[in-house]
Amino acid sequence: MKISMTVNGKQYEHDVEPRLLLVHYIRDVLQLTGTHVGCDTSQCGACTVIMDGAAVKACTILAVQADAAQIETIEGLATNGELHPIQRGFWEEHGLQCGFCTPGMIMTTVDLLKNNPAPSEEEIRKGIEGNLCRCTGYQNIVKAIQYAAREMSGTRA
Amino acid sequence: MYPAKFDYVAPSSLDEALRLLSESGGEAKLIAGGHSLLPMMKLRLAQPATLIDIRKIPGLNEIRVDAGGLTIGALVTQAQIASSPEVARALPMLSEAAEKVGDLQVRNKGTIGGSLAHSDPAGDLPAVFLAADGEVIARGASGERTIRATDFFVDILTTALEENEILTQIRFPALAPRTGTAYAKFDHPASHYALTGVAAAVTVGDGGSIHQARVAVTGVGVKAYRAEGVEQALTGRGGDALQAAAERAADGVDCNDDIHASAEYRAHLARVFTRRALATALERAQA
Ligand SMILES: Cc1cc2nc3c(=O)[nH]c(=O)nc-3n(C[C@H](O)[C@H](O)[C@H](O)COP(=O)(O)OP(=O)(O)OC[C@H]3O[C@@H](n4cnc5c(N)ncnc54)[C@H](O)[C@@H]3O)c2cc1C
Ligand code: FES
Ligand code: FES
Repeated sequence: MKISMTVNGKQYEHDVEPRLLLVHYIRDVLQLTGTHVGCDTSQCGACTVIMDGAAVKACTILAVQADAAQIETIEGLATNGELHPIQRGFWEEHGLQCGFCTPGMIMTTVDLLKNNPAPSEEEIRKGIEGNLCRCTGYQNIVKAIQYAAREMSGTRA
Repeated sequence: MYPAKFDYVAPSSLDEALRLLSESGGEAKLIAGGHSLLPMMKLRLAQPATLIDIRKIPGLNEIRVDAGGLTIGALVTQAQIASSPEVARALPMLSEAAEKVGDLQVRNKGTIGGSLAHSDPAGDLPAVFLAADGEVIARGASGERTIRATDFFVDILTTALEENEILTQIRFPALAPRTGTAYAKFDHPASHYALTGVAAAVTVGDGGSIHQARVAVTGVGVKAYRAEGVEQALTGRGGDALQAAAERAADGVDCNDDIHASAEYRAHLARVFTRRALATALERAQA
């Protein structure tokens, strides 16, 4: 089946099998391997991308369901080689260890901060409920998101 | 994990979807958010020959409030419900339940129509639908019909919807004056599905005693159910009756028993969370 979608501002068109998952389309067809597959059962959030403005788990969406959609992946965040404030937050606050969960954590944070630019610690923890990290214990991820929230609202403290 | 092969269609009208559905002779399945169906298809627990994606059908994604109550289109997502100020005002327990579904990414995809049509024994919205005494509008080849909440859930993953019907709207009647509602949930820490979820709607009379209570429990039995024993034990009584009434939350229910929780533990959770949901609902009714 023919589909077309915009990924990180670039238009793509492919003929795909209906059962191809969006995450495999992104990784295997578009070769954008920053989006990870962790559990493949919609629990871990490693496959999170932004679809039409909302964070979603790409292992539980068919590529054909994303026909005509606007998709953003981790590769689309930095502009002209400059890291996005959320990426900077993870860098500055040591928000990752192995890094496997990080792209998904960051894409979820994009949605979280869009709807709530100044979240409390509790709201951050609830916001990333759908993303599992097996390394950090979440403490520094929360700090990374707080850092990003400050940077993005221009109240860098 | 790949699902078995299937054909995919995304009709742009309700009539076209209904036609495709009846032509398939029971081999097709509707897909909305896909967050219950796709996991089942990946495990090959479901292998439909055709998926009919209903998300392009116009008119099914609105939230409307009028004097009669709240009407929500089948395609409205849990995230839309959780962030809607109209829903928060009209039916607080629905906001609370939607906000407690899964996680942010799941709520961005899961729809209210899918949540009810799937009749997951651990789904949150079925309990609210029952406690609100709502109804759904279902469209079939021969027209439209209304199904009341009390008739809707038939068994595990089974509802009163016919194979060739599409659920289009969900209606929640306006709350009577001095009614408070609340949703209390104990979720599984990994999946966030309800081990127990209780929706309560309590109306108090002039004297301050309970005029009517509706209580519905999910996560405990094969399907969400109204805890009628609890409701009867509250009618005409005051807040001091809550504790004893809540003890009846799992009476006569064959409680689920699995790796997540024993039947005994689930019955216990049902009682505790019924008491909590009722206490909050009563407080709100009296406020
Ligand atoms: C990780 C994870 C955690 C979750 N946690 C929770 C939770 O805590 N609480 C909870 O309640 N749910 C939870 N869910 C389920 C989620 O909310 C589902 O999205 C929802 O139950 C189904 O909605 P859907 O739109 O995705 O339906 P789909 O998966 O698209 O469809 C489900 C079923 O309903 C049918 N259907 C869909 N729409 C219609 C319609 N309009 N008319 C007739 N039939 C229809 C389909 O044919 C299918 O059989 C979770 C899911 C995941 C993946
Ligand atoms: S890979 Fe999609 S949620 Fe884990
Ligand atoms: S940094 Fe290793 S899983 Fe999160």
